Amino acid sequence: MSRRNRIAATGCLLAGLLLAWSGQAPAETTIRAVMTAEVKYLDPHWTTADITQQHGYMVFDTLFALDEKGQPQPQMVDTYRLSADKLTYTFTLRDGLKWHDGKPVRAVDCVASIKRWAVKDAAGQKVMARAASLEAANDKTFVLKLKEPYGLTIRALAKEYSYVPFMLPERLAVQDPSKPFEGDVIGSGPFMFAAKEWVPGAKTVYLKFKDYVPRKEPASYYAGGKVVNVDRVEFVVIPDQSTAVAALEKGEVDYLQRPQVDQWPLLRKDPNVGMYRGDIYQMQIHPNHLAPPFDNVKARQALMVMANQEEYLRAIAGDPQNWRTCYSYLGCGGWLETDAGAELLKKPDLERAKQLFAEAGYKGEKIVVMAPSDFATINAASLTTAALLRKIGVNVDLQTMDWGTLVSRRPIKDPPSKNPAGWHIFHTTSGYAALKDPWGHANISTACDKAWFGWACSPRATKDLEELGNLTPGTDAFKKGLAEYHTALMEDVPYVPLGEFFAYAAYRKDRLSNIIEAPYTLFWGMVKK
Amino acid sequence: MLVYVLRRILATLPVMGIVVVFVFLLVRIAPGDPAAIIAGDYATPENIQKIRVGLGLDKPIYEQFWIYLTSLARGDLGRSLHSRLPVSQLILQRVEPTAALALSTLSFAILMAIPLGILAAWKAGSLIDRAVMVFAVGGFSIPIFWLGFLLIYAFSIRLDLLPVQGYVSFREGLLPFIRHLILPTIALGLVYMALLARITRASVLEVLQSDYIRTAYAKGVRPPGVLFAHALKNAAVPVVTTIGVGFALLIGGVVITESVFALPGLGRLTVDAILQRDYSIIQGVTLIFALVYALVNLVVDLSYTLFDPRIRY
Repeated sequence: MSRRNRIAATGCLLAGLLLAWSGQAPAETTIRAVMTAEVKYLDPHWTTADITQQHGYMVFDTLFALDEKGQPQPQMVDTYRLSADKLTYTFTLRDGLKWHDGKPVRAVDCVASIKRWAVKDAAGQKVMARAASLEAANDKTFVLKLKEPYGLTIRALAKEYSYVPFMLPERLAVQDPSKPFEGDVIGSGPFMFAAKEWVPGAKTVYLKFKDYVPRKEPASYYAGGKVVNVDRVEFVVIPDQSTAVAALEKGEVDYLQRPQVDQWPLLRKDPNVGMYRGDIYQMQIHPNHLAPPFDNVKARQALMVMANQEEYLRAIAGDPQNWRTCYSYLGCGGWLETDAGAELLKKPDLERAKQLFAEAGYKGEKIVVMAPSDFATINAASLTTAALLRKIGVNVDLQTMDWGTLVSRRPIKDPPSKNPAGWHIFHTTSGYAALKDPWGHANISTACDKAWFGWACSPRATKDLEELGNLTPGTDAFKKGLAEYHTALMEDVPYVPLGEFFAYAAYRKDRLSNIIEAPYTLFWGMVKK
Repeated sequence: MLVYVLRRILATLPVMGIVVVFVFLLVRIAPGDPAAIIAGDYATPENIQKIRVGLGLDKPIYEQFWIYLTSLARGDLGRSLHSRLPVSQLILQRVEPTAALALSTLSFAILMAIPLGILAAWKAGSLIDRAVMVFAVGGFSIPIFWLGFLLIYAFSIRLDLLPVQGYVSFREGLLPFIRHLILPTIALGLVYMALLARITRASVLEVLQSDYIRTAYAKGVRPPGVLFAHALKNAAVPVVTTIGVGFALLIGGVVITESVFALPGLGRLTVDAILQRDYSIIQGVTLIFALVYALVNLVVDLSYTLFDPRIRY
């Protein structure tokens, strides 16, 4: 062979090798999604982290689930009966339910899971506080006996946000929920967790569970038939928002769960990108009820009357199509919407706010406002509060920090005058699902020392909420009870609701269809071309 | 030489010891509570405390340090507070993208910077020299993240030539592996290249003023011969030193580059661990980086013998 031919042959061989090493396109359908955070924790009973609940919706299933009307529907449960005295619930599981290791789902698994979930979950605690017993009758049936009727039992088991009452195999469910369970992540949900492919901080992979038996009804929000139309779902971590949006535009990923608000105009211009409203958030000002002057209700009312919701929402979400004012603690458009007692909130008045502050005994001391610079929406609200407080003559100490630091300072009860790490005000958000569930929503607790950070104290509101839980929704008594509860909140001000802003998800509409619009991304039903 | 190497390795031990103590204390003194972060926003103070106890974070600091020290002595870097996976496993999972990025950046920077620096020194005072120096100043001044976004916009979005983000292992295909590394390498390599080009120019320029270079010319050696046979080797020592010292710059740049281009490497692992207050990972990764840095400088010191036969250990 001549030298020239040898060179040509070698070149062809190398080119062939390169092409062979160029990577083959996978034959499976895969959805590549950029979620709000990376999946780090795999036990949804251990942490309230949203991404872990999201992971839970992939891998685990629930006994009941909410439909698009917000009504609980059976999911793993086939049928259930409530005795005439409203004290005994008998649940029977559907046929064909299996764990990902092939073993059948049994009633004992569900009993252990409910008990584990209820250790930490507020809604679960209310159910189990009333429970006389919870036991399996046989492999498919378990019985909950109550000491007194509780109308929110089924709703508690259909809870859609942290902690979601996911069912675990008994060997995982009997473990202490103050630690993450040890053992393989085995659920009975429509997807399996691919442990070998998990790279924390980079990629989490879920595979279609071929033995999953969906319900026959069409999918409706979290309820109905969970039919999976793809082989794989990959949660890809792209920490930078601009890079994530560029990746979506180029088609390297199919879905962004929560692009930031400054990226929305860019995404809306792209003809290949569709957007839908993923969630609604309520921004909140949380004063420290143990730190003067906010131990005085007038100071808290001053915050309420100072707050111009439009001003806040414009700072948080910009364009008015991205937000709406809402004078309800319990969400607007939901089943508990009411603006009873909201007069102070509806009419912002800086002069009145100044006067109320003075009546509360404020004498010019520094008011510490914590602002997390790495959380754009909350930071915007914090800066707005600081500016408004300064306008009414308050001496503001605006302390900027990262969210991790804020979260570590938040449990400090001492005022800043006693502890330099103490605080007066922080801001946070609640998702729409939480707003519609005051019994399980930690932020709105008014249980004084046992309340959430801020330690809001309103025995009146606490009692009203308890009584409301025993009434039948839709009745006149319920509506009256709801108005009384809401008025108590408006008068005692556990926190100041600042209206609602929307969170959008973005996706390649030339590839993905049949998306169920819900706060958590529901990958069942989704079709990829 | 062997004795020198062993002495240097032994000298690294007290340095590592200081790093261990310093990092352990620093992460615990800094504000932040990993239990609160793990528990999530809706958790009650009681649930946070339960998690704190479950992770052993309620123990006195000296007790936590003792547990850490005894694990380290067994070669165990501990478990991530968040994922509960072994830190060594997490590091091994993430080392490949960082190593690939670091090696490609080093190679790119050295291959580009040294010829540029030599050219600038050779043509000192000319337009070429000025252009190289402007490039060096610009390259050192341009933020990596800004350049990264610019490269993505130009080559990925507008020209559709290269991917926006991500990493593909060479085991999954050589071409995708290279394609995914090109833009991050250029973004990170530019600052390193700028630094090396300047040092190379200065070093070669200094050597070219030497008497033995004048002698070489007087003997009739042609300019290429003067440059390559006489000047370069003598100019190499400061350049190699800069490569070693600049490694720290590279580590810092890797963090930013991995975030912009979504490379799942050690840099991002570190940043995420810091933001999440994952003490075990912070401690483990810092120790690894310190060790690597010490080893890199040892290699640099040993390489002097290649360039300067007068140097003996």
